[in-house]
Amino acid sequence: MKKIASPMAGTVWKIVKAPGDAVDYGDTVMILESMKMEIAVEADNRGTVAKILVEEGEVVDQDTPLIELS
Amino acid sequence: MDLYDDFKQREAWALAGGRNAEKSAKLLEGKIFVRDRLDLFFDNGLEIEDGLLAGAEKRVPADAVVTGIGKVDGRMVAMIANDISVKAGSWGYQTMLKITRMQERARELKIPLVYFVDSAGARIDEQKQSYLGRTAWGNIFYNLVQLSGVVPQLCVLFGPSPAGAAYIPGLCDTVVMVDKKATAYVGSPRMAKMAIGEDISEEDLGGARMHCTLSGLGDILVQSDAEAIAVAKTYLGYFPGSWSQTPPIAATAAQAAPPDLEALLPRDQNVPFDIKTLIRALADDDSFLESKELFAKEMTTAFIRLGGRPIGVVANNSKFKGGVLFNDSSDKAARFIWLCNAFNIPLLFLQDISGYMIGSSVEKTGIIRHGAKLLSAVCEASVPRIAVMVRKAYGGGFLAMSGAPTKPDAMLALPTAMPALVGPEAAVNAMYFNQIAELAPADRAAFIKAKRDEYARDINVYSAAADSFASEAVVHPNKLRDELINRFALYALKPTPAIERRNAVHPV
Repeated sequence: MKKIASPMAGTVWKIVKAPGDAVDYGDTVMILESMKMEIAVEADNRGTVAKILVEEGEVVDQDTPLIELS
Repeated sequence: MDLYDDFKQREAWALAGGRNAEKSAKLLEGKIFVRDRLDLFFDNGLEIEDGLLAGAEKRVPADAVVTGIGKVDGRMVAMIANDISVKAGSWGYQTMLKITRMQERARELKIPLVYFVDSAGARIDEQKQSYLGRTAWGNIFYNLVQLSGVVPQLCVLFGPSPAGAAYIPGLCDTVVMVDKKATAYVGSPRMAKMAIGEDISEEDLGGARMHCTLSGLGDILVQSDAEAIAVAKTYLGYFPGSWSQTPPIAATAAQAAPPDLEALLPRDQNVPFDIKTLIRALADDDSFLESKELFAKEMTTAFIRLGGRPIGVVANNSKFKGGVLFNDSSDKAARFIWLCNAFNIPLLFLQDISGYMIGSSVEKTGIIRHGAKLLSAVCEASVPRIAVMVRKAYGGGFLAMSGAPTKPDAMLALPTAMPALVGPEAAVNAMYFNQIAELAPADRAAFIKAKRDEYARDINVYSAAADSFASEAVVHPNKLRDELINRFALYALKPTPAIERRNAVHPV
């Protein structure tokens, strides 16, 4: 199972993609808020969103899996 | 046989390398033969070759390496190029003699040295005479270190460079890697399996993409041999022959279509901004060459020309990880600064920085050590240096990005700049922590917002930077290019100070 992980510690501000959405390299899948900046999480893989593993407002650490792709 | 027929035959045999051998078709698949690479690289091919007939006694053409000198854009460049078609480009005794001699020659002649690497590493059957002594393979690395910062050393990795040979890319200034072809690792996948039970492919263990994205060993990822050779030529155009010369200044041309930077720079400070847009907008047309594009993307390092003059740019890129400084981004910037400073390439810093990353994961992996390394590289740099506050210029990040206290030749600011020790959120929390706690919970939000707005009004470029003369000038973005060209021309006149000492004790 391919996973997209958090690039840095922060808070999940906005989830952009929903289960079933197609995702390609470089697509913004989620936006974090960290160090008072909006941090776009870009897909480093290709596939269909199988599962969103976090909720908006959730605090995540660096490398926390955010989305599962199938 | 006739004397001259004999000579011609020996010469032709050595020049052919292994290209006619049965196994060479597989070794050369998707690749360009070494001598054809040199024809593409040099203006008139390799003009002077040393050691063509070395290795002939043991029937190894040129002992699997071509060494010589030719011209690139009219300037002399020394070359060491492995021939993968001969014994997989491996190193024998004469290979080492040829490589080390060319290294010494580059140093004597003060000309750049390029390594075209494509080699299976040391030849085990020749280790007896080549491994342990004072004249041995290890001299190659000794020379690489002696030459570092004396002449530019560029590595183009066309294929493998395993084990010890991996320290050629490890010790060169810059490494170009051909995707899906170049590899470097200390221990092969087979060794990883045997020694630690790890199952991993060669590409994942030490492939070009891995090194350009994750390890940071690779600087420029390319898709083919031809592209690698073209990039290598472009790269050398930013560099002088040696540390005691200045880089060549290109014929100047005005930008064909100067962009409107006022429209291009976002005014909302929390929205990420791809700093490459600004770098390209400032640079001479077609003069942008990025180093480590795929590694630690929150920091952009690139060579550009400004009015024909080569400049090294170090810039925060808030499009990635908010532009925050991490361990890798600090390393990336520090190494780039050392490289530019070594070869008289002036430095331009573009600040859009909310600070060093915080939290336990970066503290445990040494953010202070890595941050100190960047600060040390900045404070040591003696080439002309200009810093520009583009957007946020907060705290320690501002200093690490060549802020005014680190004594750049000029500290400039755009009207969009936000210089402050910390941003409004953190500042209000720190200054009014007790007062906030004493307020009724319902009143807190309004109080915090009022104080943040008050604070934000104070952190603009006019109150701090301009009023206290922390910046030489506040510049309209559309005037920035000319301002930089004029100032870099002026600061090129300053003498280079040298501190008397053996070496600083660098944080790493």
